[in-house]
Amino acid sequence: MDWFAFLFFIEVTIGGLLSGVMYALVAIGFVLIYKTSGVLNFAQGAMVLFAALTFVSLTEQGLPFLAALAITAAVMALLGLTIERAVLRPLANRSPMTLFMATLGLAYVIEGAAQLIWGTAVHRLDLGISNEPFILGGIFISTFDLIAALIAGVMVAALTAFFRFTRTGLAFRAVADDQFAALAVGLRLDRIWAAVWTAAGVVALVAGLLWGARLGVQFALSLVVLKALPVLVLGGFDSVLGAIVAGLLIGATEKLAEVYIGPVFGGGIEGWFAYAVALIVLLVRPTGLFGQKLVERY
Amino acid sequence: MTFVADNPLATPLTRHLPLAAGLLLAFVAVPAFASDYVIEAILLPFLALSLAGLGLNLLTGYTGQVSLGSAAFMAVGAFAAFNLEHRIDWLPLPVSILLAGLTAAAVGLVFGLPSLRLRGFYLAVSTLAAQFFVQWALTKFGWFSNYSASGIISAPSLHVFGISLDGTAGRYLFALSTTALITLFVHRLVISPIGANLIAVRDNETAARVIGVPVLRTKLAVFALSSAIIGIAGAIWAFAYLRTVEPAGFNLDRSFQILFIVIIGGLATVRGAFLGAALIVIFPLLLSRFTGLAFDGVADAGVLKLIERIFFGAVIIAFLIAEPNGLSAILSRITRRFTR
Amino acid sequence: MPGAVLRRTGPAYLVDKTDTVSPRLAAVGAGVVLDGISLSFGGIRALTDVSLDVAPGEIRAVIGPNGAGKSSLINVLSGLYQASAGRVRFGGRVFSAVPPQELAALGVARTFQNLALFPGLSVADNIAAGLSFRRLSGIWGNVFSLPLARQERAAHQDQVREVADRLHLTADLDRLVATLPYGLQKRVELARALVAAPRLLLLDEPMAGMTATEKAEMAGFVRAARDRSGLSVILIEHDIGVVMGLSDHVAVLDHGVKIADGTPDQVRRDPEVIRAYLGAA
Ligand SMILES: Nc1ncnc2c1ncn2[C@@H]1O[C@H](COP(=O)(O)OP(=O)(O)OP(=O)(O)O)[C@@H](O)[C@H]1O
Ligand SMILES: [Mg+2]
Repeated sequence: MDWFAFLFFIEVTIGGLLSGVMYALVAIGFVLIYKTSGVLNFAQGAMVLFAALTFVSLTEQGLPFLAALAITAAVMALLGLTIERAVLRPLANRSPMTLFMATLGLAYVIEGAAQLIWGTAVHRLDLGISNEPFILGGIFISTFDLIAALIAGVMVAALTAFFRFTRTGLAFRAVADDQFAALAVGLRLDRIWAAVWTAAGVVALVAGLLWGARLGVQFALSLVVLKALPVLVLGGFDSVLGAIVAGLLIGATEKLAEVYIGPVFGGGIEGWFAYAVALIVLLVRPTGLFGQKLVERY
Repeated sequence: MTFVADNPLATPLTRHLPLAAGLLLAFVAVPAFASDYVIEAILLPFLALSLAGLGLNLLTGYTGQVSLGSAAFMAVGAFAAFNLEHRIDWLPLPVSILLAGLTAAAVGLVFGLPSLRLRGFYLAVSTLAAQFFVQWALTKFGWFSNYSASGIISAPSLHVFGISLDGTAGRYLFALSTTALITLFVHRLVISPIGANLIAVRDNETAARVIGVPVLRTKLAVFALSSAIIGIAGAIWAFAYLRTVEPAGFNLDRSFQILFIVIIGGLATVRGAFLGAALIVIFPLLLSRFTGLAFDGVADAGVLKLIERIFFGAVIIAFLIAEPNGLSAILSRITRRFTR
Repeated sequence: MPGAVLRRTGPAYLVDKTDTVSPRLAAVGAGVVLDGISLSFGGIRALTDVSLDVAPGEIRAVIGPNGAGKSSLINVLSGLYQASAGRVRFGGRVFSAVPPQELAALGVARTFQNLALFPGLSVADNIAAGLSFRRLSGIWGNVFSLPLARQERAAHQDQVREVADRLHLTADLDRLVATLPYGLQKRVELARALVAAPRLLLLDEPMAGMTATEKAEMAGFVRAARDRSGLSVILIEHDIGVVMGLSDHVAVLDHGVKIADGTPDQVRRDPEVIRAYLGAA
């Protein structure tokens, strides 16, 4: 490998890692809900779409950035509360698969509603972050991706701190560890779930803004869920750290494969490559890289 | 296994009367009297989707393995049937359809292998790999679509024993007979001890394994059989309904649609697939009719699609909450009230 | 458990008789021998060097306080948990890891502490599931009702009816198992375990949550099954009255260690056992 090919390799890897952070960003929304309520929330992608569409439409109505952000956050919180009330509570004590299928239905409702309310047009979303790449030691790095990664990093740190140091966060963890025990010591499960769905809504907002600025705000945004799923499977559904590591791993391998292996197949392999990677790892480690390895009790 | 007839008065004749009447209606009255529109717009997609739902119900409803990749197996069936018909022109249509089912079964077997180690969500997500990989492969490799520039190919002309089935009624009868035969097969299967094995695997996999139910073999067999049926459904969808074969129609939305059919119709019932498919096919037609009347025919097609999406999403949630056994359970309640 | 995953069971291997791991393992015959079984979950030592011999036709109770490792012992025996050390012998074969999917064919049947029936099946089908490892006919045979499948179905039906008769379940054969009261469900699980005429029966608290009459009835069924075919039984049970009346020998586990093993009378007087039960540790 000559020097330029090596630089190119590094560049591709860094680009992949940075977009991996974006995958992780969506995956973390899943992990939050899965950890506390055991639900794989397929509607997370629809929530990302809903958040981005709401925000962009509000700014297009002339609202200032911060006001639109606050209103959207409020709307997402409301959406989370409604979901808890209307879908989760009536389905309490049902099998995780039933809940999963309900979130499939939920995804349809939210996607349909978001576009019915705000229209199906593609919106441009400008967060004021430069799109110019900068050059570091001969390597092109996308400024946008770097800043997006920083924002994601700050969010992860905030979430971690929240779980570590606040009462609500500790309650979340208690519920995640043992629902029955949590109930026994008097934690209100419904409140905690409502809070978790609200938090997932806010995570969806951040992901929606960053992804929306990248892809344009449009229906395809809800398909980021399909990028997040292999990340989740690889990292283990219940691990925030897993989501991050797996996001980076999949982001990098996907980009590398696209550049170095893709041409062999005539391109377009990014649709399934992440799934193939996740599957191979799963066959060796059935609960992903960081998932809890519980032995079932009989 | 039944030891006491659930209703001693229900002789085989009276029990099978509604079925016989239904078959007579479907095979004789419909081709004779139904308009082309009803067959083309309602019955053909209904039959294909029912069959796909039936296949998925074996896997998800009876055996408890959730799959999000059904459309991939429809695509495999459709493309296999096309290539068989196209490349081996002496092959009789029923044989091509059967071989297309076998091809889908083989692909299904491969993508069913993870089920031996993975469960629940991990398995559901891994079935998405089938969805994306198959769609990619069919688009990417021109051989599958005979190097057609657009990737869309028209279905071959259909004939059995020298009789052309290209007309509306012919395609309908072709779809109907295939569906009826496979439904009979599935019915016989699920009432047999093998059917009990499927439910045992679904209800308590560990207990099933420990008491000697061949869990791994059962899972793989069901993956293969279910994929074969869904593949044949795909061939019917492409040959009899759309008259074109293209990967685009077999996308993730189609996979979800088939899962919805099974949930709405009733998991682990044979008739559930038919009830669910009926709702999925008829509702959009009713919706556009209704809004056409209400808004003087100016309802935007895009808006209708969105309303449809919201409706089906809401219906899924409603059924899961209020009637997890689907339309089939509702139907049982109604017929019980009438026969009492 | 949504994300739970099939455990991979390690290779089950046959040890040559000349392999002198332990002379006890080399003894031939029915019954079951556990030799030095240890098991832990993370930091918890569920079982520590537990050995147990159960003779053919013997009912051996295993008792102990909650969390003593009783269920774990049965789960090791049925291959659901993999012991970190020790071996198990039954049916003339020695295992370091029991293959659960071959258990039925090896003549071992079990029930679970928490009901493990198939709620979507009738009582008859639940019981018949205990015979499915013997079925030779496959999908095609059953769909087309070929002769072999028909014969098997008839034979299995007879066996189901016969065991249902013994356990007084005949009237309920066609009911969906989920609609039965708890005590009857426990009995269906016993029927499912007995239908294939096993040589070794593992019962994890078969009488938990039953009324005194139901317990007596259940004890009667277990004893009758043993008397009928000379099978060995390992019985986990908290009700000391039932245990003393039913079992030939009693082993006592405490914190994963076997602290006593003997006839009911010996065990009753054992100071260690009294201490474990009175919690004067
Ligand atoms: N699958 C598992 N994962 C983690 N720990 C386990 C598991 N199964 C058992 N244990 C632990 O092993 C120890 C022994 O448990 P076991 O279930 O064997 O007890 P037991 O004697 O059957 O108790 P009980 O009378 O309550 O049924 C306990 O500390 C238990 O928490
Ligand atoms: Mg126990």
